[in-house]
Amino acid sequence: MLPKKLLCSPIAFFLAFFIAIIGISFVPAQVSEINAQKSKSDSLTGNAFCIQCHGNIYYGLKNPETGKIHRKMMSINGRIDPTVFKKSNHRSFQCTNCHSIEFKKFPHSEKALLEEIGSCIDCHSGDSIAEKYKFDLIDEDFQKSVHATKHSENFTCWMCHEAHSYKVNATTVEYDNSMCLSCHANANKYNLILNKSNPNIIEKHEWLPNQQAHLQNVRCIECHARVNDSILVAHNIQPKAKAVKLCVECHSTNSLLKQTLYKYQSRVQISRNGYFNAAILNKSYVIGANRNYYLNVASVVILLIVIGGIAIHIILRTTLKK
Amino acid sequence: MAQKIYYYPVWIRIWHATNALMFLLLIITGLSMQYGLFKIRFDYAVSIHNVSGIVLSVCYLYYFMANFITGNLKYYRIKFKGFFKRLWVQFVYYTVGIFKNQMPPFPLTIKRKFNPLQKFTYVSVMYIIVPLIIISGYAMLFPEIIYEKVLGIPGIVLTDLVHVCTGFIGSIFMIIHIYFCTIGSKPAANFKSLVNGYHQTE
Ligand code: HEC
Ligand code: HEC
Ligand code: HEC
Ligand code: HEC
Ligand code: HEC
Ligand code: HEC
Ligand code: HEC
Ligand code: HEM
Repeated sequence: MLPKKLLCSPIAFFLAFFIAIIGISFVPAQVSEINAQKSKSDSLTGNAFCIQCHGNIYYGLKNPETGKIHRKMMSINGRIDPTVFKKSNHRSFQCTNCHSIEFKKFPHSEKALLEEIGSCIDCHSGDSIAEKYKFDLIDEDFQKSVHATKHSENFTCWMCHEAHSYKVNATTVEYDNSMCLSCHANANKYNLILNKSNPNIIEKHEWLPNQQAHLQNVRCIECHARVNDSILVAHNIQPKAKAVKLCVECHSTNSLLKQTLYKYQSRVQISRNGYFNAAILNKSYVIGANRNYYLNVASVVILLIVIGGIAIHIILRTTLKK
Repeated sequence: MAQKIYYYPVWIRIWHATNALMFLLLIITGLSMQYGLFKIRFDYAVSIHNVSGIVLSVCYLYYFMANFITGNLKYYRIKFKGFFKRLWVQFVYYTVGIFKNQMPPFPLTIKRKFNPLQKFTYVSVMYIIVPLIIISGYAMLFPEIIYEKVLGIPGIVLTDLVHVCTGFIGSIFMIIHIYFCTIGSKPAANFKSLVNGYHQTE
């Protein structure tokens, strides 16, 4: 048959080869055209799209009639630092994983603005992270706190754990205290929750000597949260009347600081060597809580030798001399 | 030939009384802060310790300068040649000779107020230990002057270590000091001397 003949002929082979070459050279051209189109409309997919406005001090707004781009200033509140976000625990997220997909439109719709953002527990329950950090127990603890009981719906975990910079176990006193001070030293955020004057933290802690040293080296939660043995960071902020006021709670051998701030490190490091090498001293020095085991033994031994020596001397003096 | 020597002029007696009292207060409040002994309220202990530390340091300055001005310093001067030999002799006297009713090898005279062992301890305590206690104490009172880190160890930890160690040495000195003051013509003789100023030689 002809076609069979044709197919087998060298002409057909060359024809096929020719068509194939054209085809191959055409297909990529088509694909890259689509890509080019996509990147025009969508190049700023994902976070870059939001960051172009929210990651900058200024953003450009195009006038659809004149085509002119107007420079506008992003309000401080709307600014997200992309470098900080990239270091946070949720850096792998799309903005729209937490925020409504509606935010892709600008101006943002009311619907987008009013959509509620999920809580930690909505994602972290039953997963390995939730297990590692005991989210359910933390939530239980938090629900008992003054913040939750007085302002249950408005006060979410996000109030302290700033969504775009949150990083677990930063464990610097400064980082932890900045969470509390973001409200307690900032009337604007405080008033978001409660429209009353914000008590002055410095004045309210005037009774504490060396206030600066304390507030820089002790976490607020050390005095204000009830210690919970089953979680690393107590979340039950107590009413002020129950805050720690007694100096010896910290300035003693069984300092509460050992159970809290240094729990994590201490767990690894506390040994019979006392606290000289332990984490407790890496950050600060707490009178009364710091003792060195060897130093203690040495001083007791020396003391006993001296007293023993004197006792023998007295005995010999009184019995032998006269 | 018994003789009365005016060893302790009024300024020494005033200094010594204040010094001893402050030292006692510091030891008691210090132990209370560090070990919770004596059950003194922590904030009171801190305040007492701070105040008596400051009084002690003023006292020390007074002692330091008066020692120069009055010439009392000459009793502290150590002649290095053969000093260790003399220390040993005095040590042997205290551990052996004294029980055999031997005479002290370095009897006190107008020129010699302290025997070699006394000289050694007084000089080390008054010119090394006490200054260290005072300096480290002030450093902790004003922690911003302390180096943040020394060889990777927080400066405040080292400062505290110096303070606690020298404080301990000072306390041990005080115990031994008081005991050795009972070795005189009579056990109470030296204490009487420090009240009325006169030393009775044997
Ligand atoms: C053209 C610039 C622009 C783009 C693109 C943009 N936004 Fe916005 N967005 C704004 C401006 C302007 C505001 C108002 C800022 C303000 O005043 O707080 C805002 C407000 C917000 C708010 C705050 C709403 C509130 O409750 O105060 C959120 C959340 C938000 N944007 C999320 C997003 C997300 C997520 C994206 C990306 C999907 C995005 N935006 C893209 C300009 C932009
Ligand atoms: C892990 C979830 C999460 C991710 C991811 C996230 N956000 Fe948010 N964002 C929140 C929460 C929670 C709030 C606070 C809402 C509130 O205060 O009620 C918030 C608030 C905001 C606000 C309002 C300003 C403010 O601080 O209250 C802006 C703007 C915003 N986000 C933009 C972004 C952009 C842009 C991205 C992507 C780079 C992003 N967000 C990613 C959870 C997230
Ligand atoms: C939208 C779902 C979602 C929400 C809401 C959310 N997370 Fe996450 N979180 C995740 C996912 C998914 C990861 C894993 C991210 C990765 O591995 O890149 C994660 C990671 C973490 C990690 C890191 C764990 C580790 O050991 O590396 C911590 C801690 C964490 N989240 C705490 C929180 C806290 C606290 C909140 C509330 C303030 C919260 N998350 C809210 C989904 C969420
Ligand atoms: C009043 C402020 C505040 C609120 C509200 C709050 N936290 Fe925390 N949380 C902290 C502080 C402070 C830390 C210690 C700093 C750190 O490790 O990140 C912490 C630590 C954590 C950690 C890390 C614990 C660990 O083992 O290292 C998790 C997980 C956590 N919080 C989850 C939550 C959840 C879930 C909620 C809401 C139910 C919540 N937090 C509400 C202040 C708060
Ligand atoms: C050494 C323990 C201690 C530390 C550290 C501490 N507080 Fe307090 N705080 C207290 C005590 C005790 C009270 C109650 C004072 C009173 O009753 O007058 C109090 C009161 C308060 C109040 C209530 C004020 C009022 O009268 O309404 C707030 C808010 C507060 N603290 C926040 C903080 C914050 C934020 C930090 C960290 C920067 C902090 N505290 C650190 C012990 C402490
Ligand atoms: C989102 C803002 C916000 C953050 C973050 C915050 N607080 Fe508060 N806090 C408040 C408000 C508002 C009140 C007043 C509650 C009331 O009296 O109704 C309050 C009350 C308190 C009180 C006093 C309760 C009483 O008896 O009057 C203490 C103590 C306290 N907070 C401690 C903390 C600590 C510690 C942290 C950090 C771990 C913290 N807060 C973080 C907003 C905040
Ligand atoms: C929540 C625990 C806590 C409580 C309660 C507490 N302290 Fe402290 N205190 C500390 C820590 C931690 C430091 C170490 C600060 C540093 O590193 O400089 C400290 C340091 C000090 C210092 C030395 C300050 C310096 O500059 O080195 C003094 C004095 C002191 N506290 C007195 C007190 C008195 C008095 C009280 C009771 C009214 C008290 N503290 C209650 C934790 C506490
Ligand atoms: C309650 C405690 C104390 C008692 C009862 C006491 C008793 C005495 C007595 C009896 C003397 C005279 C004997 C002698 O010269 O050796 C003396 C002298 C001396 N004491 Fe003490 N002492 C006490 C605490 C201290 C402390 C704490 C220090 C120093 C930190 C100290 C430093 C001295 C010095 C330097 C002298 C010689 C003074 C001089 O004459 O220049 N004493 N003490």
